Amino acid sequence: MTAQSTGPATAAGTTKRAFLELDDLKVSFQTEDGVVRAVDGVSFALERGRTMAIVGESGSGKSVTSQAIMGLHSRRAAKITGHAWVDGVDIVTAPDAELRALRGQRMAMIFQDPLSSLHPFYTVGKQLVEAVQAHGEVPKAEARRRAVSMLDRVGIPNAARRVDDYPHSFSGGMRQRAMIAMALINNPALLIADEPTTALDVTVQAQILELIRELQAEYNMAIVLITHDLGVVAESADDVTVMYGGRVVERGGVDEIFSRPSMPYTWGLMSSVPDMEADRGKRLEPIPGQPPSLINLPKGCVFRPRCAYAQHVPDGRCDTERPDLTPVDDGHDARCFLTLDQKRTLAVKATGTEEVA
Amino acid sequence: MLGFVVKRLGAMVVMLVGLSITVFLLFSVLPADPARLTCGKSCTPDVVQANRVRLGLDKPLTEQYTTYVKGIFAGRTYNEGQGVAEIDCPAPCLGYSFSQQKPVTELITEAVPVTMWLALGSFVLWMAIGVTGGVIASLNRGRWLDVALQSTALVLYSLPTFFVGLIMLIVVIVQFGLLPYPDYYPPTQDFPKFFDTMLLPWLTIATASAAFYVRLTRTQMVETLGEDYIRTARAKGLTERAVTVKHALRAGLTPIVTAAGLDLGLLLGGAIIVEQIFNLPGVGRLAVGSVIDSDLPVITGVTLVAATFIIIANFVVDLLYMVIDPRVRLS
Repeated sequence: MTAQSTGPATAAGTTKRAFLELDDLKVSFQTEDGVVRAVDGVSFALERGRTMAIVGESGSGKSVTSQAIMGLHSRRAAKITGHAWVDGVDIVTAPDAELRALRGQRMAMIFQDPLSSLHPFYTVGKQLVEAVQAHGEVPKAEARRRAVSMLDRVGIPNAARRVDDYPHSFSGGMRQRAMIAMALINNPALLIADEPTTALDVTVQAQILELIRELQAEYNMAIVLITHDLGVVAESADDVTVMYGGRVVERGGVDEIFSRPSMPYTWGLMSSVPDMEADRGKRLEPIPGQPPSLINLPKGCVFRPRCAYAQHVPDGRCDTERPDLTPVDDGHDARCFLTLDQKRTLAVKATGTEEVA
Repeated sequence: MLGFVVKRLGAMVVMLVGLSITVFLLFSVLPADPARLTCGKSCTPDVVQANRVRLGLDKPLTEQYTTYVKGIFAGRTYNEGQGVAEIDCPAPCLGYSFSQQKPVTELITEAVPVTMWLALGSFVLWMAIGVTGGVIASLNRGRWLDVALQSTALVLYSLPTFFVGLIMLIVVIVQFGLLPYPDYYPPTQDFPKFFDTMLLPWLTIATASAAFYVRLTRTQMVETLGEDYIRTARAKGLTERAVTVKHALRAGLTPIVTAAGLDLGLLLGGAIIVEQIFNLPGVGRLAVGSVIDSDLPVITGVTLVAATFIIIANFVVDLLYMVIDPRVRLS
């Protein structure tokens, strides 16, 4: 199932590009303290109908990556290199007018906090109508009709009446549904969901994920799902990209990643997730230390300062050399010097997962 | 929503009553004796005493206040049944100026339109320049245009009105004769003359105010441009213009409208310095003249009217909140 998710090296250039394809995407910001390399060489490919989860801590570069795909970074503030092709258009070099036409039309985005992401002074309906009218001369009545039917589609009860309500009179889950309706109202082919359930109640989270999955099937959308919640990943993703310090540290199909995680950072993420079946006495194990400063990355492996397994790698290579993204299996790569055997045995110890393969 | 309006209206009436009592008391305890001011050099103690009785100034303060308030609503007649020429002061009677031989209301109604034109003209100017400048500065944050706009605003804001006004007067009119000496005509009577006279006063007031609004608007815009809903607006594919005006500026409007409303209300009560410099017969100059002449009824009247403008401006600003921010309508 991971065959399509292999690195873009195979797809780029000669053959047909994937619907969404990132190739060595780099985003850096000039600040007073120095250059922040927020995203440092991310590549992946994603076809319509499939979901790519980008996982990582705060500051890992996952949100910056997603906003680069939407072309939301100010070209003045951010230096962007590499490529991000959406349906054949390179977002990195496309002129502003072309980007604007793509945004909200071919690609759309929903955000973590639906309350702060909706304008407080406009009704939900007006904001949806605006999204329709931004992409073509649609009469107001027609745009409004589409807004009501879209709100109805995402499960807002009494949509014809609620369309004239302001966001503050919606509940959290309803607001996120309204955000989804606004994102999908122009029938986009790519949806970027940046932590779409993080700000919601647990009971509502599942409903929203279910709604996104249904709509994905209906519209045949490619979805980039940004999250730090591995539960969400397991439920919704086809492929997983784990990011750390602005780089991809592991990537592969969702089953591969969960059954054979091959990088100490991924192990750390997994053992920080509460396990319903585990002993109650067993404590959660957070990853020790802090994410690295993106201005002064550590020498050698970026994860080295927090890695408990570096002593298994001979000659202190982890301290001096940056590991490359190397294949663990077909369509499964990790950025780690541990040998395949070590990865296998240590992963079992670290995460408690039984190896399936 | 209707409840809110009624409540605010009620509060406004209470404030006006409180205000009138305060103003009335304040001027009653002043050392100046209003009876003494009714006659000039020819005053003798007998005449002063007679005038005091005629004007009811010998009565207790509460009675004087009720007479005053009654005069506002029903009008009053001075010297009634005193065997002297009666002076009629129709409602709303704010008192009678013996030094100018006119009812205070008449003096104020003559002055208000002048001040109103002055206030409205400069208001339009400073809001247009200030808000546009602030938006431009915020969109160029940290670049030279922003720095230039902000430092210009700071310098202009620091200059006192009498300085700017005098400099304009001296340079434009006296030195280069680009405009005639100020001579006020109502716009309905002679618009070109009106315009020539008002241009410099407008610019003088607008200079300092626009500078303030550049800074205020910039601060608001910088804040709202960083909000999540601005990112949403861009993600929808809106033009930068729509993002800036319909989303960012709209969201940052509340403090700007508050300040603008109060500034306008304050200005309608008279621009003392500018009216003085440019010889405009407005409320400000009326106030200055009456203070110099110790014309107590006029001072009281002007103070009341000016304060009323501010109270009304406050009320209007409160109403505008509801128009601007739907969240206010709920509470």
